[in-house]
Amino acid sequence: MPHASSRKLKCRRQMLDEAKTPESLVRVERLKVYFPITAGVLRRKVGDVKAVDDVSFEIVRGETLGLVGESGCGKTTVGRALIRLLDATEGSVRIDGEDITEASHSKLHRLRPRMQMIFQDPQASLNPRLTVAGIIGEPIIEHLNLSKHDRLERIYELMDAVGLSREYSNRYPHEFSGGQRQRIGIARALALNPDFVVCDEPIAALDVSIQAQVVNLLEELQDRMGLTYLFISHDLGMVRHIADRVAVMYLGRIVEVAPRDLLYEQPLHPYTEALLSAVPEADPEIEKYRQRIILEGDVPSPENPPEGCNFCSRCPKVMDICRRVEPPVTSTAPGRNVACHLYAASGDAN
Amino acid sequence: MPNSNGPLISVKNLKTVFRTRGGEVHAVNSVSFDLAQGELLGVVGESGSGKSVTMMSLIGLLPTPPAEIRSGQVMFEGSDLLTAEPRELRRIRGGKIGFVFQDPMTSLNPVFTVGFQIVEPLRRHLGLNRAAARKRAAELLELVGIPDPRRRLANFPHQFSGGMRQRVMFAIAIACEPKVLIADEPTTALDVTIQAQIIELVRDLRKNLGMAIVWITHDLGVIAGISDRVIVMYGGQIVEQGPVSEVFSDPGHPYTQALLGTVPAVRGKRIDKLKTIEGQAPVLENSPSSCSFHPRCALALERCGRELPLKMQIRGSHDAACFLAKTEMSPANA
Ligand SMILES: Nc1ncnc2c1ncn2[C@@H]1O[C@H](COP(=O)(O)OP(=O)(O)OP(=O)(O)O)[C@@H](O)[C@H]1O
Ligand SMILES: Nc1ncnc2c1ncn2[C@@H]1O[C@H](COP(=O)(O)OP(=O)(O)OP(=O)(O)O)[C@@H](O)[C@H]1O
Ligand SMILES: [Mg+2]
Ligand SMILES: [Mg+2]
Repeated sequence: MPHASSRKLKCRRQMLDEAKTPESLVRVERLKVYFPITAGVLRRKVGDVKAVDDVSFEIVRGETLGLVGESGCGKTTVGRALIRLLDATEGSVRIDGEDITEASHSKLHRLRPRMQMIFQDPQASLNPRLTVAGIIGEPIIEHLNLSKHDRLERIYELMDAVGLSREYSNRYPHEFSGGQRQRIGIARALALNPDFVVCDEPIAALDVSIQAQVVNLLEELQDRMGLTYLFISHDLGMVRHIADRVAVMYLGRIVEVAPRDLLYEQPLHPYTEALLSAVPEADPEIEKYRQRIILEGDVPSPENPPEGCNFCSRCPKVMDICRRVEPPVTSTAPGRNVACHLYAASGDAN
Repeated sequence: MPNSNGPLISVKNLKTVFRTRGGEVHAVNSVSFDLAQGELLGVVGESGSGKSVTMMSLIGLLPTPPAEIRSGQVMFEGSDLLTAEPRELRRIRGGKIGFVFQDPMTSLNPVFTVGFQIVEPLRRHLGLNRAAARKRAAELLELVGIPDPRRRLANFPHQFSGGMRQRVMFAIAIACEPKVLIADEPTTALDVTIQAQIIELVRDLRKNLGMAIVWITHDLGVIAGISDRVIVMYGGQIVEQGPVSEVFSDPGHPYTQALLGTVPAVRGKRIDKLKTIEGQAPVLENSPSSCSFHPRCALALERCGRELPLKMQIRGSHDAACFLAKTEMSPANA
């Protein structure tokens, strides 16, 4: 029967696809980024801010990995280290097989167009002396060989895509609202058709409608050109929308990684639970009665993390072992890892 | 003496225009609103709709030129802030009116330590001595959830994360316990648990000090939880205002309706493609002579492209600037 055979063919193709395990574009191994703390006139080193402390993860080509976590837990630092805007203290980052942490300047220059970043602080990342057209055009001039006319076309195309009127192309950054500036940064990051984009709070300054427009654009580009994203955001609703998998960070470490739906339906780590319970809802009636888990206890600092689990000083489910032993990473389902004693197979948890 | 029952701040007919090489930008058009003692007023609206410019106009924070305040009156404690002396304004800012800027990096000075920037207004406005001011500064950092506050005072802004800088701004704004706090997107860089902590702090400030607060945000969830009243802006105008529960449950303006329909949820069903509001935001070259939302409005009438809709009362203090807004006249008004 022709019907059956075509189904079989499809089946075989699927098997082949699976055999060719999804290729990871970004592979981070035991990444550490420490900032030295100095004291006195001689700037003697007296300690380290352990902004990122032993973090490993992968991002598959064409995938969006959401990265969420407490303010100051090291998300931006991870993002910057991934595309070598910061040097790693230890560990390695590979993008498409190329070791980024060790790459020379000339190699980095060659790789730059393929990896871009949308910055959290739009104001600080835009050159105040350039017009919008100048800012978006800068990477195009540096890396592509386009005629003046084609370049302007490309700039207009990008401005349309992020919802900035073309009439604004000769304005300077300070002449824009916060959300408009954020969109200039997004247009610039997309100018060279990168493979991998670190999106650091790309939509925080935008109203929900324009957020949706930008997120739809990012998804469309992903569908069309197979872009890969690290999507850093505090907006857990938007992360649920855009991410395939989500990593949750707390004080320099990843405490949980899971496929999106699993994470939202059934958070495992107590920090993830608390985080999800705190999301406010756009409905005054629901807001009146919503129950959330309030985190008590000392907020530790990355310079002096607690013994054992980093979250032990505030965890509502803390056990004795948590204050002594660093929790191992346990895999509870395919693609789902959690670093918590509650789930450790050999732990003395109930 | 200002009437203690009257509004704390009363804004009438404010118009702010920027002169640029490309012509004028009419950023704020005939905006009027009141802020009552101890009230929390939420401000939402499209990106570029004039929320920040409105609030910065109130307390003389816009450089003139290029900005020009064409008309209006801002009454605060019996005098008009728009005609106040620069010295008087400086005394009010950071003293009686605190301000959290949308962009922390522009308002924190990169060459001074964070500690210096908190201590300085404490000494200037409250006359504290060095030691007392430093102690208070560390307490303030602690209040906004920054670990190890004493050591952190010696850091420069670039050594803080985005959300920590935003919290430093917040700490500076409340340092002198102002009567009014204007907070422009004060929690965009914060995760929800720390945001909840800041919101708790704001509740305390209102309860204990009777602080009145203007809170600009894109986060409709935050507005739903904390504000008493809400203002919705579009194209440099207030298109709707009213008690938050009414505006959210029964929005009168098509823009508000569209805005509320675009929020992706954390709980319940996940949608595949996010809704947007079709079309582009208005370019504000002229002062509007018709409804600025009409090109994007699904319900637009022919009239909407010709005439400027006036404020229509929907119920009590809830009104919308739309010809279609259903009014429910109370017998007293009818
Ligand atoms: N210096 C300036 N020169 C010219 N136009 C300006 C200037 N500053 C602001 N504008 C314009 O004024 C309008 C209102 O800006 P405003 O910053 O108040 O918007 P907003 O509602 O706060 O938006 P967002 O939510 O994106 O912060 C925008 O269209 C902006 O482009
Ligand atoms: N240049 C620096 N020097 C010293 N410490 C730094 C530096 N940059 C960041 N840090 C510290 O590293 C930690 C992590 O900062 P990071 O900016 O990565 O946080 P984040 O997760 O992005 O936070 P947010 O959500 O608030 O943006 C913070 O404690 C911060 O103070
Ligand atoms: Mg950050
Ligand atoms: Mg603004």
